[in-house]
Amino acid sequence: MGLLGWSLVLLLGAALGFGLATLWITSVALVALGVTIPLTLLATVLVRWFADLHRQWAADRLGEPVARPYAPAPEGRWPMRFWAVLRDPATWRDWAWLVVNSVTGWFTYGLSLLLFLCGIFYLIYPLLYELTPPQVLRTPLGNGFRLRSVQQSFALVPLGPVLLALWYTTAVRLANLNALLIRSLLGPTEQARLRARVQQLATSRAETVDTQAGELRRIERDLHDGAQARLVSLGMSLGLAEQMLHDDPQAVQRMLAEAREATTDALAELRDLVRGIHPPVLADRGLDGALRALALVNPTPTTVVTRLPGRLPAPVEAAAYFAVTEALSNAIKHAGARSIHIEVEFTPHPGGSAGILTMRVSDDGHGGADVDAGTGLRGIARRLAAFDGNLTVDSPPGGPTEIRMSLPCASS
Amino acid sequence: MRIVVAEDLALLREGLIKILQANAFDVVAAVDNGPSLIQALTTHRPDVAIVDVRLPPTFTDEGLRAAIHARKQLPGLPIVVLSQYVEQLYARELISDRAGAVGYLLKDRVMAVGQFVDTVRQVAAGNTIMDPDVVAALLTHRSADPQLLALTPREHEVLSLMAQGRSNAAIAAQMFVSEKAVSKHSYKIFTKLGLEPSENDNRRILAVLAYLEG
Repeated sequence: MGLLGWSLVLLLGAALGFGLATLWITSVALVALGVTIPLTLLATVLVRWFADLHRQWAADRLGEPVARPYAPAPEGRWPMRFWAVLRDPATWRDWAWLVVNSVTGWFTYGLSLLLFLCGIFYLIYPLLYELTPPQVLRTPLGNGFRLRSVQQSFALVPLGPVLLALWYTTAVRLANLNALLIRSLLGPTEQARLRARVQQLATSRAETVDTQAGELRRIERDLHDGAQARLVSLGMSLGLAEQMLHDDPQAVQRMLAEAREATTDALAELRDLVRGIHPPVLADRGLDGALRALALVNPTPTTVVTRLPGRLPAPVEAAAYFAVTEALSNAIKHAGARSIHIEVEFTPHPGGSAGILTMRVSDDGHGGADVDAGTGLRGIARRLAAFDGNLTVDSPPGGPTEIRMSLPCASS
Repeated sequence: MRIVVAEDLALLREGLIKILQANAFDVVAAVDNGPSLIQALTTHRPDVAIVDVRLPPTFTDEGLRAAIHARKQLPGLPIVVLSQYVEQLYARELISDRAGAVGYLLKDRVMAVGQFVDTVRQVAAGNTIMDPDVVAALLTHRSADPQLLALTPREHEVLSLMAQGRSNAAIAAQMFVSEKAVSKHSYKIFTKLGLEPSENDNRRILAVLAYLEG
């Protein structure tokens, strides 16, 4: 039934769309006069908004998003923007769709609507026969077939169910056909899709390389100034102790105790460093165990719920773990939360071991978290981007906050 | 005292054996992987075992799993688990059978040879010993607990040492106070936390750890 309403709305839309198409092409054609650049831009905004509505409708019908194919608008004066709009193939495909849709709309939404209305019409024909003046509705199938009484008009009633059945069986198909048309004209072309993908991969690769290099530099510095330096000083103390063994055994005993302390410090530093590179508990127990271990020592009460089929690939485990850790420390540091909830779930794609890993970190703190505000969340988003994952933040002022992260991956 | 050692790095294994032999332990078997550990424990039935968490063939927490598995077959088998890092999660699994006779320590602690040897003897005698790092993590975890905040700094220190499994005598020696003072502190701590006081060291540490895990 919902489809019926949509048919009506979309049919009106198809007619309206033709008006838009005319308005747009006219304003483009009149650009020579110089005055219609703003009008074209305004019409473009209208057309794109109108197309967006249809994209949304098609996405709902097809169960998958229909991406916006427009090239990013340049900053600058109107002629620049106008030129960019004209050069964007998506603009012309929008226009072509408006024209095509104004015709095909009649064959799809219109047909659907017509079948339904005729079905109802014949179903209640005797009633209409009764209600109308004697000259109306007496020859429903042309002059050769004249109805003389209301009883005879019942002969037309069976047409009603037939037409309604026809409407019922074709409505979904016709609507889907339209959705497909919308996707093929309003969605990005294969080339545009690939271009956007290449752009995105180039950006995320550059960021990944930068992050990796930064991490390695940090590790190098930590080792150089930390454990390495401590070992050198340890060796010096031991050398000195060796030399003094005969002359001052008591001082040597003190030095050995100090050397032992220094070793403990060096080990503690190395341990922290190792945790930062790859936490041992993650290697031992996977994401589930590592997150539980994390929750156990967290000062803010933290609950962990995981729904994982088994171990995930090591790079995914590590990325997921560090993403959750960062989100968690964000909640502890900035949100003033009293309790935190971590939820991790693997949803397989139908028919295969690949799927999506979803992580949610929610807290009851005061909210107001923003990806663009700090480096923490931005860092997570960057790390996840390397895996085609993403991050969304829902954090109204006053809380609560939910950070949602997703990672496509395979499970084993 | 008969002892089984499981450590895959030869350097550390030899070091451990040297320390143990120098302190009059009888090392009856030294193994370098999980499956041989279980076999060694069941055939030799040692007085105590010293086990590294990470062992071949998986190079994950093989040693820990082997230790927990062996204690199911030989209940109360004293085991000291050593590791390069300590995890609260593992500590909890080790003491979950509440049979005592468990030690969980950072490998660093072996360097304080006297204390380490004492720990091994304590575990062999049925006590539970926890690494100071585990206890520190637990105390941080419960840092917002109002009952813990009600403790004086002294009592806090005593609690931390109790949670490590130290006896009153050891706590007294470390804090330079009399044993009587320690037992007075511990009585007050147990009252403040609402726990049943216990003179038995093993029951005491299990009660304190259970409280801290909260």
